[in-house]
Order: sequence, then C-alpha cells, then structure tokens
Amino acid sequence: MKDRIRRSRLYIPGNNPSIMQNIAVFGADTVILDLEDAVAPPEKDAARILVKYCLENVDFGRTERGVRINPLNTPFGKKDLDMVLSSNVELIFLPKTESAEDVKELCSLIGDREIWISPIIETAKGVLNAYEIASADPRVVMLCFGAEDFTRDIGAERTREGKELFWARSMIVMGAKAAGIQASDTVFSDINDMDGLIQETRFAKSLGFDGKGLIHPSQIEPVHMVFSPTQEEIEYARKVVDALREAEEKGLGVIALGRKMIDRPVAERAKRILKIAEELGLLEVNDD
Amino acid sequence: MIENKVGRLIPEEVNGRKLIPFKGAFDHIPDGEIKRRIPPPAKQKEKKLLKNIREAIEKCGIKDGAHISFHHHLRDGDYVVNMVMEEIANMGIKDIVLFPTALFPVHQPLVELIEKGVIRRIEGSMNGPVGYACSTGKIKDTCVLRSHGGRVRAVKAGEIKIDCAFIAASAADQYGNATGTFGKSRFGPLGFSLVDSEFADKVVVITDNLVDYPCHPSTIKSTYVDYVVEVDSIGDPEKIVSGTTRITRSPTRLQIAKYAVQFLDEVGVIRDGFSFQTGAGGISLAATKFIGDILKERNIRADFVLGGVTGLIVDLLKEGYVKVLLDGQLFDEAACDSLLNDPNHIEVSVEESYDIHSKGCIANYLDVAFLGATEVDLDFNVNVNTHSDGLLLHGIGGHQDAAAGAGITMITIPSYRNRLPVLREKVTTVTTPGETIDVIVTELGIAINPRREDLIEKTKGSKLPIMKIEELYSKLMKITGKPEEPELGERIIAIIDYRDGTTIDVVREVRE
Repeated sequence: MKDRIRRSRLYIPGNNPSIMQNIAVFGADTVILDLEDAVAPPEKDAARILVKYCLENVDFGRTERGVRINPLNTPFGKKDLDMVLSSNVELIFLPKTESAEDVKELCSLIGDREIWISPIIETAKGVLNAYEIASADPRVVMLCFGAEDFTRDIGAERTREGKELFWARSMIVMGAKAAGIQASDTVFSDINDMDGLIQETRFAKSLGFDGKGLIHPSQIEPVHMVFSPTQEEIEYARKVVDALREAEEKGLGVIALGRKMIDRPVAERAKRILKIAEELGLLEVNDD
Repeated sequence: MIENKVGRLIPEEVNGRKLIPFKGAFDHIPDGEIKRRIPPPAKQKEKKLLKNIREAIEKCGIKDGAHISFHHHLRDGDYVVNMVMEEIANMGIKDIVLFPTALFPVHQPLVELIEKGVIRRIEGSMNGPVGYACSTGKIKDTCVLRSHGGRVRAVKAGEIKIDCAFIAASAADQYGNATGTFGKSRFGPLGFSLVDSEFADKVVVITDNLVDYPCHPSTIKSTYVDYVVEVDSIGDPEKIVSGTTRITRSPTRLQIAKYAVQFLDEVGVIRDGFSFQTGAGGISLAATKFIGDILKERNIRADFVLGGVTGLIVDLLKEGYVKVLLDGQLFDEAACDSLLNDPNHIEVSVEESYDIHSKGCIANYLDVAFLGATEVDLDFNVNVNTHSDGLLLHGIGGHQDAAAGAGITMITIPSYRNRLPVLREKVTTVTTPGETIDVIVTELGIAINPRREDLIEKTKGSKLPIMKIEELYSKLMKITGKPEEPELGERIIAIIDYRDGTTIDVVREVRE
C-alpha cells in the first residue's frame, strides 16, 4: 500500500539471520534488509542469497518487506536488484540518491512491477534535489534522510543537538510533502539512550517527518509511541471530522468547531489522524 | 515401576529408600513428626575453635558413608566444598553421601573424587561438570534432586540425616555465630544453611574472618555450632558476587519480558500492594525493570519482592516503589550493601520461603513468579534439570516451590535455543508439574493453562499474541521442525523429587 503507516524503518543487516527470524516479533512498520553499508564487500554475495531466502520464508507479520540495495553505480547494485525483483519485496530503498535520474534509472530497471521506492538522501546534492527526487516517479512513497554520510559530505561535525542537520531535514520534509509522499528521519545511533531517542523523534515529528530510521528493535516502541496519535489528538480529530460532516450536511461553506473556524488543511490532517488511529487499532469501540 | 500423576514411571525403591510416586501438587499428606538429637549440656566458654579442617573432620567423627552438607551461597567462587572434600579424601574416608544445596562448575575436582570412590552419591543440585559425570553414569548410587524447599522438608522429616554440616561464613566468632553479610568474602544471606545447622548431628563453621564475640548480625547461632575453623580464604570474591548483573539486550528476550509484564497488567495484577518473585536471569531482570517503570508511572508500591536480589530491585526499594525485600540469595555488590544497611531488606531462610510442609511459606503469598525452563510441554509440565539431549546439567532451585505457591506462575522463555524447540510434546524430564504453571510467554506467543479460565476470560480481546499451546507448538514446529529424541540408556542415574517428598520423574543415563 502506497501510503501505509511507516513510523519505523528498522535496519537489519543482510548477513544476520538470527535477527531476521524474529521480524514479525519485533513489529516494526517497515524493515530494511540491508545489503549496503551493513555488509562488507566480500560478504555481499552471501548476504544477497540470505536476504532472498529471508524474504521468501520468514514470517513478516504486518511488517513491510524492504531491502536496501547497493547504489546502481557499484558492482553490487544491479545484482542486488535482480535478486530483489525475483522476490516478494514491497519496498526498495535506494541509497545515496542525488537526482531524479537516479530514481528513473531504477524505475526503468524495475519495469512495470508494482514495487515502491524510497530514495535515501545523504548528500548535499540530494538534499538540494529533494523535490525532484520525490516527484520523479509515482512509485516513490517516502524520502529518507541519512545524516551520517550527509555530515561527511558537507564537511560538518555530527553533533548531538544536530543544528548542522536542521536545514537538510526541513528541505527533505518540504520535498516529500510537496510531492505528497512521506518523509522519514535519520537513525538515532545510541541504543542505550532511550530519552535521547524520544527527544530526537519528537523533534523530527515537529518538523513534519512521518517516521524514523532505527538500528535496534528496542527503539521501535518509543518511536511508535511518538508517531502514534495521542488520545487527545484523536478526540480533537473526531470533533473536527464531525464538524466537517455537519457543515457538509447543512451545505455550509465554513466549518466551525465551537467558536473556532476550521481550515481545510486542518480537516485533512484530522482525517489522516483518524485513519492512522484506525489502522493502529487506537479507536475505542463504541458499544452504543 | 509405578506410573505417577504426570505419567512417568517411578521405581519402587532407590538407595534403599521407598519412593512415593507424585500424586498431585498438594495431594500428598505427610505423617510423622519432626525430631532432632538433643546435644550434651553446654559449659562455660567451651573451646570450639579448631586448628584446621582436618581436626574438625576428626572431632566430628566423620566415617565411611557419612552424609556431609554444604551451602551454595559462594556460588562459582566457592573454595570450601573442594577444601573439605579433598581433606576427607586425604584421610582415606570413602563412600561419602554429599548433600549440598547446589554445586557449580568450580566443583569440577569432585569428579575425580567420585571416580576414586570417595563420593558414592550426591543428593542435591548439580550444575555443570558434576551433573555431566552423573549423567554419564560415573556416580555409584542413584542421585537425588530436590527443590530448595523440598530439601528443607526432607531434612525436617528425617528423610535424610546430616552427619556433619560445613557452613562457610564471611564472618564468625569463636563460638560459631556466623553471617555472610560482611567480610572480604561476603555473600549476603546465609539462609540455605539454617536448616542444616539446626538438624545436623555436627556443625562446623568455616570462616576467613574471625571476629570478636558476638558476631552481629548472625544467621547461624552458636547454640547449633560444634566447631569453628579459620582458613585463609573461603572463596574468590569476584565470583561470589558478580560486579554487575545486566538486563538482557537481546531483542527477543526483551520482547518476552515486555509481553509478560503487559499480560500481568492486563489481568490487573500490577496494582498497589502486589508482590512478585524475581531472579538474576536476563528476562526476569528485564521484567523487573518494566514492572518498576509501571510502579513509577502510576506512583504505586509493591508490598514485597522475594529475591534473587540484584541492584535493580534494590533501587526500587530505595526509591520507595517496593516496601520490603525478602532475600534468600543475592547477586551483586549493591544488594550486599543494601542487606547490611537497609532495615527493609530482610534475610529469609529457605524454610520461610518455600517449605510445603510448613504452616504457610512466602511463596504462597506471591502474586507472581517469573521462572525459566529448559523445556515446556503441551501439558505445561516444565523441565529445568535436563537438556533436550538428556544431560542433567541444572538443579531445581526454587522452581517447584515458587510455581506451586505463586498466584500466577509465568515461564518466560525463548521458543527455541540453538535451533532446538523449547516447547515439546513431552518434556525430557518433568521437574515442575503443569498444574502449577499458569502462563508460558515466548516471543512467538503466549499460552495460558486451560485450568486458568479466569486469566483466559480477563485477556479476551487483548492485543497480545495469546493462543492455545497447541497452536504455539505448531507455529514453532514450522520454524524448527521436530527434533530427534536423544538415545538414553536404561540405568536411572538420578531421581527428581517433588517438593513434598514424592518422586516426579527419573533421569536416565546418557551414552557418551
């Protein structure tokens, strides 16, 4: 599904079968079986075969099947793609995407298959081209941000507070949203710092991101918590949607909630929150 | 051979003792009375301090075939068992029946004494190399495994007579008042030895820290002690109390702990005033942490925790989220400090914690116990003693006792280890009967014992992966396949006693 919920994209090294076998147990929204950075060049072939068997045999539960292939300009990229195309993959992550052409090259190789694409932006050039990448093909469903490579590319130091990333993060959100797709923030790499993770995830959400990259299953729960609508948000969204319906029934052009005017985008956001809440089973069942 | 309540064939007799087949967790009613020998009149400042272990063995009159007991509070850092047994061997004494509360890998030298005929039988838990020697048929008699509570009961009932108890202490005075709470080799509570001190014919305290009379606090009282021996060292402090006990970082194990705690919360158990038992295992530590998080979030307090105490639980005590810690054994430095200094951290004996033939034990007042297993089967029977290859490698610990006592007994285990399924059609060895097990929690799903209709009812509509145990089993079989059964010999090398003194299963020899 193109706009399914993608609060978490969990990286799983393509050469780690003991983690793969528990994908359904962890319950991430999306997994990325990683053939790129997590796998050293001599192990690429073995990992590719393992990932293929994982896709075919492991129970993914509700988790979306994603694979990060190597860039197509490396000796591994096309082989990875051949394997992926013969599997039941749902989403391909394209690392180091810098232009619409990168996406179009991938699309021409995919052909007509309905496989979603998520470009990972991790260079200055990629950030500047965020919108054209996001709108390069209807199969692009989400832009991801990769901060480690990005800071190296711009020659900045990666800091805890992340001021050096602010503009890039915003640019990626703008590019994605202008194209009507999702945006997913970079990973948080200290797996022992849950408070830091929650703080950074809240910040990403406040910028407009829909999800975040994870490097350990223990990060799933806090990230899902931040990106899931709260009961208050759901309550408010319900009222907005009710008001919208009432306005439509009465043929009113203006939607009002109490004495406050409701704009169209607010109404759209409310609908989106209710849809997510429903998908996550957060709507309380009304007996009457 | 007679079939018992869990369908296992039990011989009529081992080592000259008539066996009673297991009848049900609370169905065996004992008769008889508790007796012990009255010591001779005690006199003014009797000299109890002896030169060395050899003199103690001589004065206690230890002969061929004697029953000798030890505690396992020093765990894998223990020097005392090996020191005493080596001296017994040097003196040419043989056919000893060893009655420890547990043995560890550090006790590997006992294997040689078994082969030489110094030790004819072990009645007690065997972890590691001694268990392996037992499994492969090296021990002359049939060994007997009991739970911690079952061991106390057996002593009180006179089922086993202790000729001499050797009690290691990290501090003691010359009249035998002894403790584990302070001194360079401190280990915390000394509750495992209490019943031995009260019922053994002779009692020897061995310490590396002789203090002025009176040693205070003291668990073992001079009224029960015949002799005191000072040695250079009773153990390796690094291995007695490990510096840190850590919460598991394995995502599947964390998931299991999370499921377990969420389950308890959904059935309404985690509330102000509740109680639970925990240990030092990775999953139960994680569960403890998650329970702590809930207590803090709701600002409620547990009345008591029965440990296996670690720093994690001590923190909850300090912060006021647990009212009292009841401590049978502890695992880290923080717990040691707390036991010595915090009046709400209380040392308890095994009898108080686990004895079935008492008028109530702490286990019976627990709302929840988290326990492990090597295998679980479709009848909810649990094996903690043998591995799936049939090797006897673990003791029972307090497993049977906590399971029978607690309001909800949870087995928290990964569904498979090293490609072998933990859930089986029939366990290799029944340690704890399924009638005392309530919930199995694995990363693949949660199974509730059909006996617990209340829990099934309360979790209707839950989002947890709750399923019938058969369903969990077939889910697991799709991953692991069904393993081959181990090839076992005919000879019974050990029996597993239930906590009430009946016999629940036997362990057969493994062909090397």
